[in-house]
Amino acid sequence: MAAVNVLTPQSTAGADTELAKRAHYYMLLQREVEERIERKLYRQGKVLGGCYVGRGQEAICIGAGLAAEAEDVLFPSHRDLGLYFLRGVPMREVFAQYMGRAGGLTGGRDGNMHMGDLKRRLVAIISAMAASVPVAAGAAMALKYQGSPQIVFVFFGDGATSRGDWHEGINLAAVQKAPLVLVCNNNQYAYSTPLSLQMACQDVADRGAGYGIPAEIVDGNNVLAVHEAASRAAAHARAGQGPYLIECKTFRMTGHSAHDGAEYVPEHLWDEWAARDPIRRLERHMIEERWVNQEELDKRLAAVRVEIDEAVTWAENSPYPDPGTLEDNVYEKR
Amino acid sequence: MPTTYVEAIRQGIGEEMERDPNVFVMGEDIGVYGGAFKVTQGLLDRFGPRRVIDTPIAESAIVGAAIGASFMGLRPVAEMQFADFITCGFDQIVNFAAKCRYRWNAPAPIVIRAPSGGGIHGGPFHSQNPEAWFVHTPGLKVVQPATAYDAKGLIKSAIRDNDPVIFFEHKALYRRLKEDLPENDYTVPLGKAAVFREGSDLSIITYGAMVHTAAEAAGVLQKEGISAEIVDLRTLLPLDEETILASVRKTSKAIVLHEATLTCGIGGEISARITEKAFESLDGPVVRIAAPDTPVPFSSTLEEAFLPNAARVIEKARWLCRY
Repeated sequence: MAAVNVLTPQSTAGADTELAKRAHYYMLLQREVEERIERKLYRQGKVLGGCYVGRGQEAICIGAGLAAEAEDVLFPSHRDLGLYFLRGVPMREVFAQYMGRAGGLTGGRDGNMHMGDLKRRLVAIISAMAASVPVAAGAAMALKYQGSPQIVFVFFGDGATSRGDWHEGINLAAVQKAPLVLVCNNNQYAYSTPLSLQMACQDVADRGAGYGIPAEIVDGNNVLAVHEAASRAAAHARAGQGPYLIECKTFRMTGHSAHDGAEYVPEHLWDEWAARDPIRRLERHMIEERWVNQEELDKRLAAVRVEIDEAVTWAENSPYPDPGTLEDNVYEKR
Repeated sequence: MPTTYVEAIRQGIGEEMERDPNVFVMGEDIGVYGGAFKVTQGLLDRFGPRRVIDTPIAESAIVGAAIGASFMGLRPVAEMQFADFITCGFDQIVNFAAKCRYRWNAPAPIVIRAPSGGGIHGGPFHSQNPEAWFVHTPGLKVVQPATAYDAKGLIKSAIRDNDPVIFFEHKALYRRLKEDLPENDYTVPLGKAAVFREGSDLSIITYGAMVHTAAEAAGVLQKEGISAEIVDLRTLLPLDEETILASVRKTSKAIVLHEATLTCGIGGEISARITEKAFESLDGPVVRIAAPDTPVPFSSTLEEAFLPNAARVIEKARWLCRY
């Protein structure tokens, strides 16, 4: 893949300042919150279990998430924290979630990125990769059934495209012409397994043809390009033309999870992809276009960090869940 | 006019579709063809393709899509063509549907219908009774009616229930049973067993087609002066422990009978609960009668040897009464 260090002109055509600023803000939130979780709280032993971050690939969930309307249904994967912030989940509930506290979004019932909130139209993943795809297909079928103008976005990685659920779900959605936008973050590794051992076709997008749906490849480290592609996909789905796949090429700038040093990744890839960091790229572009200046960016970062400090304090003060509630809510209470 | 078990289920689904526009059915060959066992026959004509959806052969997608649709407020009734194929949707059932309420307060009010059971020369992949896998999964409800009345009343309750329900229909009963059903809209509550036949000497705790095997045995035993009570569980999860224990406390002897294989079958769980909670009432060991631990065989002689039958129940009942 050719080095891409600036945003290409066509990808920014029509992009307005406000969109860029919002995209930047949410990418920054995700980056900073995840830095705190993975690089600090996890190492301090304050996070329970594992943690999975989207460092370097924030442009994908934010670009696509900003193409969604408020009532569209989102199925984030485990590297799409930014979607929760887009939907108004307070960051303190995210920290509490990672710490297994009662104040977390699932109240300690599940951990890390396993969180959802139907009121915010966010559906939680399960650990089996791609299991969300058939569920998202069904949600999309339901919206069509209800005559709703809303659509569904489902997010997954390259590894997930190996699972049967991915194929079954897309096939069903395609046959039913369900309004489903499929967003692949192709970060080139599934845990330690490189893409070449995951699939024999060149691109995930190649797989779209097998289901009779359009697919396109987009630079996943360019938030405005992702937004543009996702908007195209959303328009297609909303017009009743069925599912649309976008493959966002990116790189996982971290191990699979916090315990994984990713020694299996060739050294040069880290440097190459660090140069394409989606946040830094957008910042350079915004400065070049005089949409912001460095001072404003510095202020924004400082404000986010203050917000994070407060949220972490809140989460640390949130109690652990009461063991007396262990057996609650397995079934509807009668 | 007497109604068959299959017609009772069809009526139940149809009435719920009339009552609630959010109810729809989906599955393989359920629309134009009316389903492999014709359970959904006629629904396409009545409700149209929007609410009667023929799907690709993809059980995981069917279950997953049902879950997703339920999150949006619909009430999907999904058919597995044979209960044997439910394994292809296993992860969606046990990991997605069963846990979402507990994990993040997102109920999945879906019904998965699954024609189960042997006796039709279906062989290893069209005859199984996989209910125990699901009874081992907190968050699911598992139902298996033994009569046409219950089949209708339970499918209606399952559709109205706010938790995921696996609804096993014994395919040998589809056209074997006929009874007059009430004209009015009735339901049978989930989680409640029924005393199918009253008796005083021993309790046979069973469900599904085996209720009728137990009844056949009880008729013979009656002539020998042995009065057998039959408890029809109807719902396997949650178990109606109260009705089971009340019967055992009355008779002091218990047989647990199921068509599914023995080891780790539901009989083991029921037996354990009886010995834990009604030990003082027992006047003999709790006896399990089940299929042997083999796949369901194809050929007649093998399948007949595999399936529990009235003769085995009679023999064990006599032994238990002498104990």
